[in-house]
Amino acid sequence: MKLKHLESLLGRLQQFSNPKVELEQYPTGPHIASRMLYTAENSFGDVSDKVVADFGCGCGTLGVAAALLGAEHVIGIDVDPESLELASLNAEELELDIDYIHCNIKNLGLRAEVVDTVVMNPPFGTKKKGADMDFLSVALKVASQAVYSLHKTSTRNHVKRAALQHLNASSAEVICELRYDLPQMYMFHKKREVDIAVDLWRFVPQSRI
Amino acid sequence: MRLLTHNMLSSNIKGVTNGFPLRIEAEKVVEKQVDLNIDFLKNMFPKIEWKALVSASRTMGYAELPEEVEPSKLDSEEFLRKFHHALLELHLEEGALVCPETGRRFPVSKGIPNMLLHEDEV
Ligand SMILES: C[S@@+](CC[C@H](N)C(=O)[O-])C[C@H]1O[C@@H](n2cnc3c(N)ncnc32)[C@H](O)[C@@H]1O
Repeated sequence: MKLKHLESLLGRLQQFSNPKVELEQYPTGPHIASRMLYTAENSFGDVSDKVVADFGCGCGTLGVAAALLGAEHVIGIDVDPESLELASLNAEELELDIDYIHCNIKNLGLRAEVVDTVVMNPPFGTKKKGADMDFLSVALKVASQAVYSLHKTSTRNHVKRAALQHLNASSAEVICELRYDLPQMYMFHKKREVDIAVDLWRFVPQSRI
Repeated sequence: MRLLTHNMLSSNIKGVTNGFPLRIEAEKVVEKQVDLNIDFLKNMFPKIEWKALVSASRTMGYAELPEEVEPSKLDSEEFLRKFHHALLELHLEEGALVCPETGRRFPVSKGIPNMLLHEDEV
């Protein structure tokens, strides 16, 4: 599938209607989501025929993109039941078969080894400090092949150090820098939308063998 | 929820040492057809907790999986088709997952298991 086609399919998905600010529910837009999964598939082979988990799946964009690119089994996980309902509808609309789990990522009991790739747009931690690193810590325990994640560019050094020194990553690379439209309720600015710089990361977990 | 998801999910209640496999209470099971992907199945087989899959599929009304499998079975298309069906085509739509150690029920509704823990369980 071409990148343009993927992006336009993702553009048809419904987004949060009543975003919950404390859960940092802002949608991963089609532009970013398509590039994230397209790179994971075409540069690294981490999607097609794989088991992919989408942490904090929200409206489900990243998991849907994985399924469209040929993932064999996709699991979306979120703490918010309304998001899961929306994500299910979005998957159904595109005739994709995706499993959803209602769970707090911090308490997730998911056996390592079976999931190949975790994709996620974690809460950036603007409402609850460290939320993104909680997600990353669990992702690196669950994934056997790679973790793709978005983090604010301003935290780049911190993310790298924490991933390599404390969270079991054997490598942590920024693939590209993207612009992210964050609704103003998450910022201290007056503008309606603020675009912030975010990094697309690829982490490789240490092999457990 | 497919049985592949069930095969990796466990109860993570504080103090529980063996939360796997979750026992299934099946009220409604649905089947959705998926294309057979033999390479995927062969690659997945060694990662599967076989006993858990056999008993989960029985609870869901599918009794075709053998208790024991020798590796040579992976060359049999007949076997792979059964494995495929149990792993990817059977869905628990309504019912519950039950922690094997504490008996705590995690309800499943519209195919989505609610694994949220109460405050005193974390
Ligand atoms: C930035 S949004 C992700 C958007 C999503 N990728 C999409 O396509 O819409 C963050 C998501 O994480 C969820 N979330 C926040 N804290 C969570 C937690 N502790 N466990 C699970 N999900 C959580 C929120 O409900 C929200 O849907």
